Amino acid sequence: MKLKHIALSTRSNFITYGMVIVAYAVMEALLSGGLLTSSLKGMLVPICAYVVMAVSLNLTVGIMGELSLGHAGFMSVGAFATVIAAAALGSTVAGPVRLAASMAVGGAAAGLVSLIVVVPVLRLQGDYLAIVTLAFGEIIKNIINCVYVGLDGAGIHFGMKDAAALGLAADGKMLLQGPMGAVGIPKLSSLTAGFILMMLTLAVVLNFVHSRSGRAVMALRDNRIAAESVGISPTRYKMMAFVTSAVLAGLAGGLYAMNFSSILAKKFDFNTSILVLVFVVLGGMGNIRGSIIAAAALTVLPELLRQFADYRMLVYAIVLILVMLFTNNPACKALFARFKFGSSTRKEAV
Amino acid sequence: MFSKLVPIPSGAMIPDRDADKSPILECINLGVTFGGLKAVENFNLTIGRTEIAGLIGPNGAGKTTVFNLLTKVYQPTKGTILLDGKDTHGMNTIQVNRAGVARTFQNIRLFTNLSVEDNVKVGMNNAMRYNMWSGIFRLPGFWKEERVAHERAMELLSIFDMQDMASARAGSLPYGAQRRLEIVRALATNPGLLLLDEPAAGMNPSETAELMENIRKIRDTFQIAVLLIEHDMKLVMNICEGICVLNFGQVIAKGSPEDIQSNPTVIEAYLGKKKEA
Amino acid sequence: MTILSNLISGISLGSIYAIIALGYTMVYGIAKMLNFAHGDVIMVGGYLCFCTTAYLGWSPLPAVLLAIVGCTVLGIVVERLAYKPLRSAPSLAVLITAIGVSYFLQNAALLLWGSDPKVFPTFFSFSGKSGVALFGGQLNITYVAMITVTVCLIIMLALTMFTGHTKMGKAMRAVSEDKGAAQLMGIDVNFTISMTFAIGSGLAAIAGVLLCSTYPTLMPTTGSMPGIKAFTAAVFGGIGSIPGALLGGLLLGVIEIFARAYVSTQLSDAIVFTVLILVLLVKPSGLLGRLIREKV
Repeated sequence: MKLKHIALSTRSNFITYGMVIVAYAVMEALLSGGLLTSSLKGMLVPICAYVVMAVSLNLTVGIMGELSLGHAGFMSVGAFATVIAAAALGSTVAGPVRLAASMAVGGAAAGLVSLIVVVPVLRLQGDYLAIVTLAFGEIIKNIINCVYVGLDGAGIHFGMKDAAALGLAADGKMLLQGPMGAVGIPKLSSLTAGFILMMLTLAVVLNFVHSRSGRAVMALRDNRIAAESVGISPTRYKMMAFVTSAVLAGLAGGLYAMNFSSILAKKFDFNTSILVLVFVVLGGMGNIRGSIIAAAALTVLPELLRQFADYRMLVYAIVLILVMLFTNNPACKALFARFKFGSSTRKEAV
Repeated sequence: MFSKLVPIPSGAMIPDRDADKSPILECINLGVTFGGLKAVENFNLTIGRTEIAGLIGPNGAGKTTVFNLLTKVYQPTKGTILLDGKDTHGMNTIQVNRAGVARTFQNIRLFTNLSVEDNVKVGMNNAMRYNMWSGIFRLPGFWKEERVAHERAMELLSIFDMQDMASARAGSLPYGAQRRLEIVRALATNPGLLLLDEPAAGMNPSETAELMENIRKIRDTFQIAVLLIEHDMKLVMNICEGICVLNFGQVIAKGSPEDIQSNPTVIEAYLGKKKEA
Repeated sequence: MTILSNLISGISLGSIYAIIALGYTMVYGIAKMLNFAHGDVIMVGGYLCFCTTAYLGWSPLPAVLLAIVGCTVLGIVVERLAYKPLRSAPSLAVLITAIGVSYFLQNAALLLWGSDPKVFPTFFSFSGKSGVALFGGQLNITYVAMITVTVCLIIMLALTMFTGHTKMGKAMRAVSEDKGAAQLMGIDVNFTISMTFAIGSGLAAIAGVLLCSTYPTLMPTTGSMPGIKAFTAAVFGGIGSIPGALLGGLLLGVIEIFARAYVSTQLSDAIVFTVLILVLLVKPSGLLGRLIREKV
């Protein structure tokens, strides 16, 4: 009896891990075999990053039950912190180690920022909370757009005015140039790094959900007053979930940034936050496997729609609307219930 | 601070078996005012350590408000609550639960998307010690405590014969089962005082009889006190050892079931004034 | 004097935000959904007006009227096709659909009119002058600003009277309180909701014309940022409250202009949003919103 109850959710988790492992193996094989088009090759790391973004947002939206419209803000902080750390470490450190260390810095930076964001988040509910997260996303984008960072022998210089005000030595290098973003990024990301990050994210989120902290967070989501009546502190557990989600988003941002030679803060705006939210909602709230599939599928979709040329994004929009109408149609819902896709199935009580 | 200096009042409320033990709950002149409206006023009640007590009164009398005061959903504006001799002044809902008070709700508040077993395990959350990292990295502490939690949850569910539903989604349970699950969840927090808000609501006579037995069983097994709000007089008169009657926020009578049944003020509150001949 | 000038610009911009925020707040009150496509309806209004004047040579008034009619129809059509089927779905589902509609409108505009910025024609210049000069040229008030503020006030008054005193208005309030009960009282819920979307979209068209008259560049993404800011203003003032939308919009506009003028142009957005967060920390349900307590 005891073994059986643990096995049910573990089985579901194995399928999720297995799915990612198989996908990685297939992609890696195609990649080394030179069978991928250059556009698909360029999408591999972004797909990994978006999968991690979707899974981490699902932790906030699906598990914790709070709408966050500024998730891209944490991705942004992670991205730029990673870039700065990578430059500071320099090429003396081996590639993969440099990437891992820089990404860790990115994740930590995002986590620190989330400690500021979480203060109003804990005090507000529903749409007001959503607005605050949106506001923070815009604030972060705006601030990074005005920051200048340079590196020289003396260390890292920060400034808000312009490049000259930093007072860099002659052999110094500009890392972040305000509205022009970050340039000269070493392209250290790889599919393998993305795979490792995805597995790490899955392990963290799935293990969190199936532990007492996860239960507490979900209890708060389902009925806050009842959860308090059994001694669950909203502050403590919401903070746990929110900060974890932010750190993972920061790591995703770091992976994403190190895939390009330059990035702009503008890239991590409200639209990106919404994009990730669409992945989460389509995949199913609280459904981790669904988030992975939705993130991967929807990132690839615009590529597949290439044949529509200019009408590509229009078709994407129509597909999105149709899918939402379809999946929420009562008749279709009844049909799906019989196949029981996705989320861990529970016996309905007789 | 207050220690055990409040004398145990008349034996009318506390059963003999608790006569030499200090009461688990003492409400002294408890009251709350909402913007001019005195929802509860001069509420005095003492409950023995293993007593089953009842709180009755017409609708709107303030019974659930008393529960909300005891669990600090509302902070009292007057009076004191002594829980096991400790003043609960300034505590919030979470702290009061840790101090040993658990409750069920008038309108069922289950964690609908969690399984039955998980609902119970959430109640055990504060008894578990492993932290978030142990959970994420699946350290030995996690496995050990989860196994113990699982066994204890099944044990608690077996009180109401609900072990077979352990993996069902709580929101899919029939009404009666949901009410029983709420009681199990409250018990999982290891309380000294269990507050049941209309536990028999929506139950038929045989279910109610079963509930009576189960409440007695819970009190006898766990040696805790139970305070219940109920409208089902058969249940109340049968299992309550002491009854407190509330009307318009004030206590109008207190005593044993026999005392209450023959109390004219109580009769008037429920049935209205006797018409002049 | 510059303070006064900035104040006027702020109130003018704020009025535009207020008109847009009204659309958000009315739709939220009735359908309990955040219509993220609202900002793009503004853009459509702007383009409709631009097309009729630039390509068909119409004069301003008919062009504006066409824009209003066009957007109203668009609003009703979108509501019927995309939102009505999801009335009983969780609010997040409708939100995503609204995002889909927003993407659709932006990309349709991109296809129809291209991504190059269009210059919106000047509507509000009378006898060759764009504004009134006071205090010997030290203070310039543009006609656009004057008309914007006036239009905003007229709309607010009209809407307040409409919702307070007309049968339709009362129906709207009833539906936003309790849809089921309203239906039982014989109110045609579908018609009422469509009407709300129609009014909101019509207002969006007006906002679009005023926005493009103040800031004459028009692109498919023109409605996006004002939409976000107006949405913020609506929540800031208390979502569901009409005076809240006005207050929120005006305050947001003033704060934005002042931040741009006195602190930093680049950081003005950050400042506006920071003020919003601070206000919500102090007043968690917005300035004029009501905190709904859950009954235990």
